[in-house]
Parts: sequence; C-alpha cells; structure tokens
Amino acid sequence: MAEVKLHGFWPSPFSHRVIWALKIKGVDYEYVEEDLSNKSELLLKYNPVYKKIPVLVHGGKPIAESLIILEYIEETWPHNPLLPSDPYDKAMARFWIQFGVDKGPIFLKLLHSTGGEDQENAAKDFLEVLKIIEEKALGDKKFFGGDTINLVDIAYGNLAYWFKNLEEVLSIKLLEPSTLPRLSQWAQNFLEVPVIKETIPDHDKLLAYIRRVRKKIVAEQLNK
Amino acid sequence: MEEVKLLGTWASAFSYRVLWALKLKGVQYEYVEEDLFNKSELLLRCNPVHKKIPVLIHGGKPIAESAVILEYIEEIWPQNPLLPQDPYERTLARFWIKFGEDKFPIFYKFFHSVGEEQVKATKEAKELLKVIEEHGLGEKKYFGGDNIGLTDIAYGWIACWLGVLAEAAGVQLLDAESFPKLQAWADRFKEVPLIKDNLPDPDQMLNYFKLRREQLVASATS
Repeated sequence: MAEVKLHGFWPSPFSHRVIWALKIKGVDYEYVEEDLSNKSELLLKYNPVYKKIPVLVHGGKPIAESLIILEYIEETWPHNPLLPSDPYDKAMARFWIQFGVDKGPIFLKLLHSTGGEDQENAAKDFLEVLKIIEEKALGDKKFFGGDTINLVDIAYGNLAYWFKNLEEVLSIKLLEPSTLPRLSQWAQNFLEVPVIKETIPDHDKLLAYIRRVRKKIVAEQLNK
Repeated sequence: MEEVKLLGTWASAFSYRVLWALKLKGVQYEYVEEDLFNKSELLLRCNPVHKKIPVLIHGGKPIAESAVILEYIEEIWPQNPLLPQDPYERTLARFWIKFGEDKFPIFYKFFHSVGEEQVKATKEAKELLKVIEEHGLGEKKYFGGDNIGLTDIAYGWIACWLGVLAEAAGVQLLDAESFPKLQAWADRFKEVPLIKDNLPDPDQMLNYFKLRREQLVASATS
C-alpha cells in the first residue's frame, strides 16, 4: 500500500479533522508536526498555493485543504463510509459542510473581536449561526450523520472542544444547554466517540495555546 | 424520469454553471427566472437557509449552492463525465473549484470598491488570476484536460463575466499579455458549442452591471 503522511499542527482543528477520518478508516499514516513559524521546505513544496496545513501526502502526491482531503479519504478508503450513499442525502451533507465554510468569517470576527460591544455583536451573530446549525442541520438526530458520526460531524467537530475553549478565554457562553440544548448534547456525544476522545489535544494545553493566540490578536489590534 | 427544475437568474454566473452542466449531460429541465427583488414562494421554500439562486429541484427535492448542485448532477447523470475518474485528479479538480469559491469575495471586491480600495482589490484579483493560471491551469487546454469539466464550468465566470464586470467598474483585469494561458483558455471555453449557445447577451450584461456599479458607487460615496 502506498505510504500516507499527514503534515499537521497539534492545536489546529483542521489538522484534527484529517486525523479523525484516517483513524475511522483505519488508515496507517505517518504524522509530521509542522512549525508554522518556520514552515518546512516540504510543506511549501506540497502546498504552494496556500502554504498551510493540513496536507495529506499519499504515495508522494500531496492534497491540501482539510475538506478536500476528507473527500479524498472517503473515496480512496470507502469502508466505514463517512458520507451517505444516497446522492440527495450526500448533497445535503455537502450543503451543511459548505454552510460552515460560508459562516467562517463570522467565527473569525468573534475570534478577533476586542472590546465589549465588538465582542457582544460578534457573539450574537455567531449564536444565530449555531441556532441554524442546531435547528436545520442537526435537528433531533444524535449526530449530523445520524446514529454515527460522518463528515458533517467531523467538519463541525471544532465546536465541541476548540470553540468551547475559546468561550472560556473570551468569557462568553454560547454553546450551552440553556441556549442550544440539542447542539450541546451533540457536542457531549461527539467527544465521547472513541476516535475523537483519543485524539483531541489535552484541554489545558489547548486552552493555553488559545489564550496565547488571543493575546497576540489583541496586541495587534491595539497597535493599529 | 423525474422532473428537473432550475431556479436561476439571467445575469448570474452561478446560475449558468448549473445550466451548462445540465445541458452537457443532456438533461431536460424547466428553467424558472427569479426576480431577486421579489423572490418567489418556491425559492424561499426551497432555499430557506440562504434564499439564493441557483436552486435545482429534482423530483420535488431542492438542492442549493452551485458547487453542491454540480456534484449532485455529476453523480445522478454520469454520462459525459465532468470529473476525472482517477481519485487524485478528481481531488485536484475539487481543490481548484474550492479555491475559486474561497477567493470569490476577493475577486468581487474590485466591483464593490472605489478609489484606493479598488486599486488594492484589483491588484489582489490579478494575483489570484496568476495563481489560477500557473497552478490550476498550467499547460492544459482546459482545467479538465482535453475537454471541459466541472472546474472549467466553475471558472466560467472568468471567461464570460469578468470582462464585463471589469469594464463596468472601470478596471482592467484579464488580458492576453499579462495572462496568456488564462486568456487563451477563456477564448477556447467561450467557443465550446454548448457554452457559446448558452451565454447571456453581452450588451444586456454590460448595461446591467454598469447600472449595478452606479448604484454601488452612489451608496459608497453618499
């Protein structure tokens, strides 16, 4: 079997997405930790367009962009399917994955928000997004994929742990049982899935990392 | 066979993506022109999340988001395949489709901005065109290789809309001197019979986008 390598970054939820998919499919891979402040020659060669992680390299051929990598993994290792087989249901799954991408800027606004009103508005907008996800994408299902997780769960996975840590750093409470009961339950269930539980970074380590990221963001904003 | 309906608008490149894919596959469909200032009940019911076109309705079931619709069409109607068979090549095709989607706001910025901001946006748009030309297209005849595929369809707006948008906004973007390969691709793309026969009227488009630009400038400078 051709060699599989993953170039990643330990706190990156985009990196984690690929790890989860590979582990669910039982694919053996070599993990390469990248230093994003000093990107390897190899990374720049594999991803000249974005110069980012994650990059999956299969038999020497590189694939960039986590969602694109997920589709490749799904097609190359079709056992333990992570997309519905019915074309319409598959289209719905892709629609909701795309929805998450479209709303990325709203999340970034929250991550980069400074000062009371700025943060309040950003949080309010993001809450609206979460409500749509809960109501229309998840509904009453246990997972976005139904009884088991699929690519949609993987795509939204960062909400269950990365975002929860950000809430702590920003002292906000959005993803709570009182405001988003079904999505909160989903987050709990998601974190209990063995593959997820075993691979997400240590809570305290990730929290410290996010605090550092926020500190840097706030410092940059003040210097403007 | 189940009924196929396409909700679209005549000036939208996203609408045309779906139209082209359906025609290339020889799928019979009913086209419904939407008035975006007076959206139909059908549109609002079929795309409650975004309330946008295009929407494909197949056997009564709606699908929104043009990139998602294109993948659906490719799967349901496998004749005249628009994605490569090889999984790695398919992935590259999808990568480039996604690149266009992700960068679209940057591309569109030149149309929405004035003054210094427009100068900066135009420069950024040109840099993106360079990336697409060098890394996406390379030496290929089409993004899809010898024949057009989903990636060509997804970038159809560069061939058929960008020139009009640039003219309406008073900037220069795609030209043969700066982007020889991309310009050559654009010319080839527009000559593909099914594309050539299914393009909005260029004069109508220019008038439409000139008016849009005037409205945008008016609200930007007020």
